[in-house]
Amino acid sequence: MKQLLRQQLVCYRLQLKVITTSWFDGALAVFFPLMFATATLLIYGVRDDPEAMQFAGLGAAIMGMWTCQGVIASSLLTRERWAGTLELVVAAPTSMGRVLVPTTLALSTIGLYTVVATILWERWVFGLELRIESWPLFVTSVLASALTLAQFGFFLAVTAVRYRASWSLGAALEYPGWLLCGFVIPVATLPDWLHPLSWSIPTTWAMEAVRESAGGGSPWRDLLVCLVLGSAYAVLASFLGRQLVDSARRHATLALT
Amino acid sequence: MTAVEARDLRRTFRTRTGVLRRTATEVEAVRGVSFDIQRGELFGLLGPNGAGKTTTIKMLITLLLPTSGTARVLGHDVVADVREVRRRIGYVFGGDRGLYERLSALDNLRYFSELYGVPPREQKARIGELLEMVGLTGRERERVEGFSRGMRQRLHIARGLLHDPEVLFLDEPSIGIDPVGARELRATIASLIDVGKTVLLTTHYMFEADELCDRIAVIRAGEIVAEGTPGDLKRLVTVGSVVEIETYGVGEAAVADLGAITGVQSVAVEERGQMQVLILHCARDAEVTQAALSRLDGVRVGRVGTREPTLEDAYVELVSRT
Repeated sequence: MKQLLRQQLVCYRLQLKVITTSWFDGALAVFFPLMFATATLLIYGVRDDPEAMQFAGLGAAIMGMWTCQGVIASSLLTRERWAGTLELVVAAPTSMGRVLVPTTLALSTIGLYTVVATILWERWVFGLELRIESWPLFVTSVLASALTLAQFGFFLAVTAVRYRASWSLGAALEYPGWLLCGFVIPVATLPDWLHPLSWSIPTTWAMEAVRESAGGGSPWRDLLVCLVLGSAYAVLASFLGRQLVDSARRHATLALT
Repeated sequence: MTAVEARDLRRTFRTRTGVLRRTATEVEAVRGVSFDIQRGELFGLLGPNGAGKTTTIKMLITLLLPTSGTARVLGHDVVADVREVRRRIGYVFGGDRGLYERLSALDNLRYFSELYGVPPREQKARIGELLEMVGLTGRERERVEGFSRGMRQRLHIARGLLHDPEVLFLDEPSIGIDPVGARELRATIASLIDVGKTVLLTTHYMFEADELCDRIAVIRAGEIVAEGTPGDLKRLVTVGSVVEIETYGVGEAAVADLGAITGVQSVAVEERGQMQVLILHCARDAEVTQAALSRLDGVRVGRVGTREPTLEDAYVELVSRT
């Protein structure tokens, strides 16, 4: 157990280093969430409605996390494939799950940064002071968002072992996710047939928990659903991981050629 | 004792083309390959591009499932005992890829140490030893993105040896490395055998195979066409001797004319700057030099020499046979 924890910690630290040591990627991680927040607040600012600004401000904070974790996670293994490290990672005696967990947690760290950066940006540039009734519940909800998004990202990432083009799934999810998860509009305003899709994403519940805790309500029901859903994705990813690695060995999709 | 055993290994790749009417195409990359590698042996797998060398290695290291046939590494089946095989083998391939560019050499080795289950207490010493062995001590804190190809290749070797594997698979490790780097790499590979490792090496460089390998299998179009020591393979060829003639401005007609000389089995032209070196593969006991020179009348001729066939000559003949 001690050795497993050490392995996960070392891998987390090194993967975080991989993600954060590129100036170009770093700049994107710094500016993209701020640009998303700017666009959202400028659109909502037209109405001059404090409630709407509170809604948009909270949504924009989690939106950056969605991009950092959900979208990038799906391209993680594609990057490994391009770098030629995917085969080496698969050929290691360590299971794919143990390789991916620290990597997706490293992405969560970036996700948490985007939440803090966006909140500060909203305050300094737009003068928007988010009303947070319960900071402990708010922080808990944000941490649950990061954790469950990591689990969802883990699920997206394992599909890339088998399917070379699965990174596009993450890219395709980015903007629909803004609507489906209720970042920029309430989920209730979506057509009924889209609701099950929204509810199947843990981030929808995490967003709701963040809004509840900021508004002084109880986030526990939303947090529970969010954690159960996130765990379900993680279990499914672990199971699928093994199947997909075997399938990749059968169909020769681990390498680029 | 047998370290690696392949029996009638086959691998077929299926690709699909077309958008509306999908057509499946099957390519048999490996067609019934069988061989044994004894413990402590350095076994070479030679063959042209697309012959099936890498596919064979990938089946042995559990990255590809064979379509049929069996393979065992140190007694463990590569399909059924995947984890046991992975614990005991190392894999190194040639080229620039396969490392985390943004991490230092040390961090790359730390990361793979964790994945390959090197006990934490042993990691520091093991990494230090390997960096020393591959000549990267002092450069270990530099990011890999600034490394030359030779340095990357040496780091690959260190990575492949982290968990002290008993069997090492080296897939064209010297590709693209300068002569000095390649010589150092050959010395490193030779030292692996000295410490009791079993190595399967694929390479395009015949002198490398000749210098290093105890036994060689030549693979062509997915099938092994010859197997033996480098000496055995050289004796397999029908060529008795090779005549090399340096010329300047020789024409195609003259080359074709040389091929018609009795005793000349084939003629190859190798361009070396302004010069063309004619390589005549001759039958045993055939004396062709005078006849060849007389047919090159009017062509400026440099040095003329006769030599014994090399492993490369044997290889060219083996992979060219129809």
